[in-house]
Parts: sequence; structure tokens; C-alpha cells
Amino acid sequence: MSTFWSLWVIGITLINLILVFWVLMANRKVAVSDEDDPENRTTGHVYDGIEEFDNPLPKWWFQMFLATFAFTAVYLLLYPGMGNFPGLLGWTSAKQLEREEQKADNRYSEVFGAYGAMPIEEVAEDSKALKMGLRLFANNCAVCHGADGGGNYGFPNLTDTDWLYGGSAEKIKESITHGRAGQMPAWGALLGEEAVINVSEHVLALGGQTHDAEQAVLGAKIYAQNCVACHSADGTGNAILGAPNLTDDVWLYEGTPAGIRQSVRLGRAGLMPAQKDMLKTDKIHLLAAYVYSLSQEGSE
Amino acid sequence: MSSNLAHAGDHPTYNYKVVRQFAIMTVIWGVVGMSVGLLIASQLVWPDLNDLFQPYTHFGRLRPLHTNAVIFAFGGCALFSTSYYVVQRTCQASLFGGWLVPFTFWGWQLVILAAAITLPLGYTTTKEYAELEWPIDILITVVWVAYAIVFFGTIMKRRTSHIYVANWFYGAFIITVAVLHIINNLEVPVTLWKSYSLYAGATDAMVQWWYGHNAVGFFLTAGFLGMMYYFVPKQAGRPVYSYQLSIVHFWALISLYIWAGAHHLHYSALPDWAQSLGMVMSLILLAPSWGGMINGIMTLSGAWHKLRTDPTLRFLVVSLSFYGMSTFEGPMMAIKTVNALSHNTDWTIGHVHSGALGWVAMISIGAIYHLLPVLTGRKDMYSVRLINVHFWLATVGTVLYIAAMWVNGIMQGLMWRAFNADGTLTYSFVEAVEASYPGYFVRVLGGAFFLLGMLIMTYNMYRTLAAADDETEQNVLAQPA
Repeated sequence: MSTFWSLWVIGITLINLILVFWVLMANRKVAVSDEDDPENRTTGHVYDGIEEFDNPLPKWWFQMFLATFAFTAVYLLLYPGMGNFPGLLGWTSAKQLEREEQKADNRYSEVFGAYGAMPIEEVAEDSKALKMGLRLFANNCAVCHGADGGGNYGFPNLTDTDWLYGGSAEKIKESITHGRAGQMPAWGALLGEEAVINVSEHVLALGGQTHDAEQAVLGAKIYAQNCVACHSADGTGNAILGAPNLTDDVWLYEGTPAGIRQSVRLGRAGLMPAQKDMLKTDKIHLLAAYVYSLSQEGSE
Repeated sequence: MSSNLAHAGDHPTYNYKVVRQFAIMTVIWGVVGMSVGLLIASQLVWPDLNDLFQPYTHFGRLRPLHTNAVIFAFGGCALFSTSYYVVQRTCQASLFGGWLVPFTFWGWQLVILAAAITLPLGYTTTKEYAELEWPIDILITVVWVAYAIVFFGTIMKRRTSHIYVANWFYGAFIITVAVLHIINNLEVPVTLWKSYSLYAGATDAMVQWWYGHNAVGFFLTAGFLGMMYYFVPKQAGRPVYSYQLSIVHFWALISLYIWAGAHHLHYSALPDWAQSLGMVMSLILLAPSWGGMINGIMTLSGAWHKLRTDPTLRFLVVSLSFYGMSTFEGPMMAIKTVNALSHNTDWTIGHVHSGALGWVAMISIGAIYHLLPVLTGRKDMYSVRLINVHFWLATVGTVLYIAAMWVNGIMQGLMWRAFNADGTLTYSFVEAVEASYPGYFVRVLGGAFFLLGMLIMTYNMYRTLAAADDETEQNVLAQPA
């Protein structure tokens, strides 16, 4: 804030507070009058039959008002408030956050750090670690992947053995740490609707679903020209690119003819956000172990 | 009560037609706005109710409809009605402005109608309590300027030497709401029903909450304090407790309220200095707010016995108690450490409703029960017993509502900040939602009580108006030819 605006803030704050204080003090005492009945003295004004007593300010109320003024004065002296004046304590919300994060890091680094050196597969056998992993999962992952890790439309199921980017402990940790950005390009405008339908029939054929054989043959050519690079010739996908296997019955989006056409026509964009800045290494290690354990259970 | 009637003589003939129109619409919009409130409260218990008629009945579209209807339709009509009545009687002057007077009535109804159509259709600026799109904003501005001309014009031609305190508050409310409305709604129109705010980022947020909190401070507080300063002493038949107190708390209230909006943005991207000022100015508001409550309640000294027989007075006095309670709660919630617990929880909604139901609605209801007999030339409402029934329904409804939200709010705040020994959160968000269901159900009950009271009021009003029409007819018939 420039010096002008700083002085502006200080100026109008003080003017407002001082004026209110002055109004309060100026009306503290009622002018003494020599009427007989001071208890029932009115101002003499009458509005539509309504009169006004000339009672003084209630004492407790007056004192309460002064107390809030005193609090305000002390607070604005200690904390930021008066324009650029930082306050005597030097407090800022950013510093407070830093301090509290530091404190939390110190306190919890031992708890999580204990598992940092253990291989993920081993951590996945430790019941105490898994409990912590479950809590981390509930707070950070469950919104998309579901409380049980069972996934949702567009969000992968983590409890089965089907993995877009690989299901080894290290690959899972990599997915959590750096995130993933799945990109299926949109082919509709490029290939035309007829080709979209044909290639979708071929994809249905790859997965052993009912399909139109004639269209699927036409689609196979288009597939060979455009899709093999990622999904591979036999349709089993490519974990390096996160290209899904099209031959199984696991579908991130819909596996129906309409759903597949939609994916081909308009493409898909999946985003797993990177957690490395949010959760830090040790927690990610635990989370990876928890997710790994989910898929191990699923495979049994 | 016949002295309350408009008649020529020591003062000019007052314009009661517009007062009566606004009074009737207050009750009708009250029923409409609170019905929508009951529906969206029920949606939070039974989410299937969102699907009544999608997308128009979705919570996200009906919630602004509820807030706009109760604040600007119900509250607005109550303020128009009572301010037009009070300014005439305390200035001993008929309304200034000629055709502008009916224009404010029909213009305001048009604003409400436009809101009721556009909000369910999904047209919104997304600014809370300022959702209406730019063409409606312009209409509001025009109506509001007409309102100011009528009100201040009437004050100019007053036949009393001083301006009564009720009119100070009404006047401050009219001027400040104009400033707030115009500055917060500065926007760039893109199409007929889409515009973008002139401000960006934290500035936009600060302007919005400067507006938002002063919608509370000036629309829902200053305006209704104006109402209080007339109807409480009038109904109690006692002088106002302290003129000195009026002066101090008026100036303190209207100058300090303007600063308080920043407390809606604690722990946000708003600079620390602005958050601090928002907090201390909110705290310092406690005494000025209570000044109004003291002046109202102490006015009853010497007339407490009237509470036993007069349910209208009971509405007025209980509204002041709720006002005192929520204006204590507000400064406390503005303290940053308390806010860290209360922010984004149902506590905020409970706090708003202890003000909205307990203070704003109850004082309006009391004022309308005072007005309707006067406007229809009757001694009393059709049924005083039904006023009493309404009073208890409204009181129980409000208490159920705010107690449920207190419990929910504090529970949510504590659940969100509960940590395990390993530093992970004890509860996921959805667990706090699940735990809130009983509170949501109690809120529906409270809202139903309150709405039932409003329906009884509607019936009572209808019978009062119908009986008045009958009497007029009989009088006409009885006249010798």
C-alpha cells in the first residue's frame, strides 16, 4: 500500500473513532435542570403523541463502550490495522501459518518418518501404518476415488488389479507424487462421424463385446492408422502413456457403444493432481502403501 | 384508537393507501419467502426435493430466491410501509412526491417479480444478496431514488420543529442502501442478462462484503430500528427511555457499521490490516447496537403489565431481546479466534436467523399488527387470540431454528479441526455433513412453526380487511338517501 493510502486508512480510522468518542463523551451528562421531577423529565418534544425522556446514558453501557474503545486502541497498537504500521508484535497471518506448519512438521515428522525408510510393500503389511494411510486417504483422496477406493465415473478404481500407469508400489507412489494427466484426443472433427462409429465397433470387438462385424473391419483400419501408437496393436494399452487396455471389461468412462463413441468423438481428459507440495514425501509414502494394499486385497 | 385515524384537522390528511398496500404485501411476501425457505431447509434433509422441477427447484437457485424474497420483498415492504406511515405522522405532513408514491409501490413489486422469475431461471451475478442482474439493478436504483425523494421531501415539509429519531434511522437506511447498492453493483453488461463485476479478486470480495454486511447493518438494522422507535413507544404508550442514548447510539451505529464487513473475510486473501479493522470495528459496535435495545426495552418501564394482555407489544419486546442477543453474538463471532471455529459453519446461518426471524420478522409482524387496525379504522385485529397464537409459534420456531444451528455449527467447527495423534484429520467432510442431519431436521420444524404463524397472520389480516370492507358497505347503506 502506498504512503498515501496508508495515511488515508489511518486518517479515516482515527477520525471516525475520535468523533464517536466525542459524541459519547459530549452526551455523557444530562444538562441539570431545576424541574421537580428529574425521574420523569422529558425533552419537551412530542411526535404523534410520543415523548422522549431525558435520561442519562446507563452507566454500565457507557463503561462497556469505553472498554471496547480501550480494546480497540490496544489491538491496533499491537497488530496490523493502521495502514502500513505493522503493529508492535510484528504479527502477520503468513508468519502464523509458517509457525504452525513448522510446529506440525516437527511433531509429526517422527510419526511418518518412521516408515520412510521401509519399502512400500513392507509398510503395506503394517496395520498401524495402514490405519494412518486410511485416514490420509479419507481426507485427501476419497472425494474422487470414493471412501472405499472403488472409484467413480472418470476416477479409477484403486481396489482392482487394472492400472492405467502401472500398479507396482513405486508406480503408485509416482502417480501420487507427480500426478497424472490422461489425454485422449478428440477424433470426431478429424475423422468424421462415420469413422467414429466404425472404430468404436472395432473397440467393442477388441473387448469381445457384441459389435457390427462389417463396421468393425472398416474400423480396424482406422484403428491401425490412428490408435495403435498409444493403445497398441492388440488394444492392450500402454502403461507408460497411461493408455487404457481396451480388451478387458474395465472402463474408466462408459464401455457402452454410445460411451465409446463419445470418448473417440470428443476425447477425454483425466487429471490426477500432484500431491508433492501438499502432502510431502513421508505422507505420500504411507498413502502409496495404503493404495497398494487396497489393490493387493483386490487381487486375492 | 379513533385518534389514530387519518382525519383533517390539526394535521393534513395522511396518505394511507400506499401504507396499506405495502403492509398487505409484507405479509404475502413473508409467506412466499418463508415457504421457499422451508423448502430449501427440507432439501437439506431430503435431497430428493431438489428434483421437484429441475433445474428451477435446485437448492442453488432457490436459496438466493429465499434470501431476496425475505430481505427485499418481505423486509423491504415492511420498511416502505412503516416508514411512509411514521414519517407522515411524526412530521404531521402528508407524503411528498405525488405520482412518485404509487411508483415506489408498483416499481418495488416489479423488482420482486423480476427477481422471482430470473433467479430460478439461473440469471445471477453470483454476489450474495446482490444476485439480481443489471437491468433489475437499474430499476432498483430508480425506485430507490423515488423513495428518497418521497421520504426526504416529506421531512422537508414537516410541521414539527425537530426530526423524530425514527426518521433519523429511516433516513440513514435510505441513503446508505442507495450508496451500497450502486457501488457494489457496478458491472459491465455483456448481454441483457449477463454482466461482470467491475472489481476483481480480493477487492471484489471486500466490496461485496462491505455491501453484504451493511445490507444487514442498514437494511435490516437501521431501517428496523426506525420502526422500533415509533411502534414500541406507541404500542406501550410510554415516552422513549433516553434521548441522549438515541443520539449517541445513532451516530456510533451508522458510522461504525460501514467498517465491519471485513469480518466476513477473516483468514482469507484480504490483507491483515483490513481484517484487523473489520474485527475491532465489529467489537466496538456492540455498545451502539445495544443502545437501541436498551432504549426500546427500557421504554416499557412502567408498562410491563401490558405484556400480559397485548401480544402485539410482546412481538415488539421479544424482537428487541433477539436483537440484543444477535448483536452480542455478532461482535463475538467477528473476533478472529472465535471466527476460526464458526466460519463456514451453520453457526453463521443460525446467527443470521436469530436476527432475521427474531429481530427483523418479529418487529415487522408487531408493527403490521399495530398498523392494520389503524389502516382499516378498526379498534383491533379480527382476532387478538390469533395474534397470541402467532406469537408463540414465531417464538418457538425461532428458538428451535437457532438452537439447531448453534449445535450444528459448533459441532461442525469442532469436527473440522479435530486431529488424530498423527496429525491427520479425524473426520472427513462428509462425516460432519452426516452428523448435521438431526439439526437440519429440527431447523425444518422451526421453520414450519414460523411459517404456520405467518399463515395464521394472513388469515387474521384477511378477516380484518374483509370486516372493514363490510363495515364501510353497511355505513354506506345506512346513509339516508
